Amino acid sequence: MDPAQIAKMIEENFAGHVLGTATHAGQVGVMLKKDLIKDICRYLRDEPSLRMDHLADLTAVDFSRYPGDTGPRFEVVYNLISTVYRHRIRLKARVPEEDPRIDSVSSVWQTANWHERETYDLMGVKFDGHPDPRRILLPEDWEGHPLRKEYPLKGY
Amino acid sequence: MSVTEATEKKIVQKELTLNMGPQHPSTHGVLRLVLDLQGETVVGVDPRPGYLHRGIEKWMESRTYHQIIPMTDRLDYISCMCNNLGYVVAVERLAGINVPERAQVLRTLTAELTRISSHLIWLGTSAVDIGAMTVLLYAAREREFILDLLEMATGARLTVSYARIGGVRNDVPRDFLDKCREFTELFPKRLEEYDTLIRENRIWLKRTVGIGVMAAGEAINYGLTGASLRGSGVNYDLRKVEPYAAYDKVEFDVPLGKNGDVYDRYLVRINEMRQSNRIIKQCLDLLKPGPITTNDPRYAVPDKINVMKNMESLAHQFVLMSKWVPMPAGEVYVATEGSKGELGFYIVSDGSGRPYRIKIRAPSYVNLSALPAMATGHMMSDMVACIGAIDIVLGECDR
Repeated sequence: MDPAQIAKMIEENFAGHVLGTATHAGQVGVMLKKDLIKDICRYLRDEPSLRMDHLADLTAVDFSRYPGDTGPRFEVVYNLISTVYRHRIRLKARVPEEDPRIDSVSSVWQTANWHERETYDLMGVKFDGHPDPRRILLPEDWEGHPLRKEYPLKGY
Repeated sequence: MSVTEATEKKIVQKELTLNMGPQHPSTHGVLRLVLDLQGETVVGVDPRPGYLHRGIEKWMESRTYHQIIPMTDRLDYISCMCNNLGYVVAVERLAGINVPERAQVLRTLTAELTRISSHLIWLGTSAVDIGAMTVLLYAAREREFILDLLEMATGARLTVSYARIGGVRNDVPRDFLDKCREFTELFPKRLEEYDTLIRENRIWLKRTVGIGVMAAGEAINYGLTGASLRGSGVNYDLRKVEPYAAYDKVEFDVPLGKNGDVYDRYLVRINEMRQSNRIIKQCLDLLKPGPITTNDPRYAVPDKINVMKNMESLAHQFVLMSKWVPMPAGEVYVATEGSKGELGFYIVSDGSGRPYRIKIRAPSYVNLSALPAMATGHMMSDMVACIGAIDIVLGECDR
């Protein structure tokens, strides 16, 4: 299915939760409100005409130094593909700096478990309802989250 | 007190926590596992990756698009061309750079060579882990042949950094093609020998059949990709799903397993090597004379001869090497089929010559996350077979 059509289906089923759609190089990214992210993910996985069964990647981007960007600081990004129909879609949701929280989708896809642990470890975004919210790549007593833009590249 | 009472008292059944790694030889690097054991049976696995975490993603944000290429070699250092290719394909998609056909074929050819060499390392080491010593010694011989070929083409044996944004670094010498053809003639026979060594070996079968079973649905849910997923019978190979480089011009089959156990993953990888050999053969036939870098003047690194003679080329090369050129703002996620599975690069560009953020979707990391599901309930020694079968490289897993 055409990714633009998938974006339209999300908008129809979750009215008011789609903040915008952007296309770059033929890839469609849908900006969502963070509240219903789990329900939207479950819908995308279970809807028979979509079957987005493979969460290829989950990560977060720190937009605090992005030129001209004034939105909430962190953007959590979900790259999905259907192994059946082979169509892709990208979901994005912004979370604010003061309370960087979003619902965990590890109950929808098992693979989200480690992706979310990594995102917490390196970017400091917390995932509500995560079964095992520990650091993964860095030691447990590490201070700070290295992929945040204010974290120095050298000197540690 | 009777005799039986006394002996019964001594046997205390207790769960044992065992630390395995990070210096354990069968963990393929520096993987650490904390195991809960009930006797010899594994009842809980907690992988603790990160011992090789070098902050590559953070480092990439401070480098130009061009300077990042050699760093991708250091991810999966066994099949570096696949990583180079994955990265440059993503950058080319971001900026809409077209690549000439000869470069595409050369990329495909070298990527398949490194795929075979990676699979040979997997074959040898995972066989050693289970106790079959001989296979490694033979596999190292063919790998040496491939490394020699790569050295002829790129000048390096392991960290080749051969792909460039918009093409490849240099054309191959003419005798490379002859040597390569020699390899494609020789390799299937050699592969048959290795396969004969273990395919029907009774010990090998005992150690691999029915071990680490992942059903198709479960495997997808855990995000498994590559041969680990195809061993469960899911036809998902990114070279077919979203063809890149010259994969749409060559014919090959996607080998699939049925049961999703260690043995099926072994069969899939062995057959993948046969298919890779087939692809290399076709690439040699497809190779037509032509340019090897893009004709887009913004991104093409000028020829050295022009840099020496021509002021404009010199200035352009200086700009490209020191700060690169402005790239279109936006983001892309491009996935390619690395030797371990889906290697994805998510690139966010803010319009400058340096990426704003790069996320590497490392197949080893995701495949490792499925290890607890695979190994729980098996014997401690089957754990080693399971690690071998998902074929992880810690450089890529920890980044």
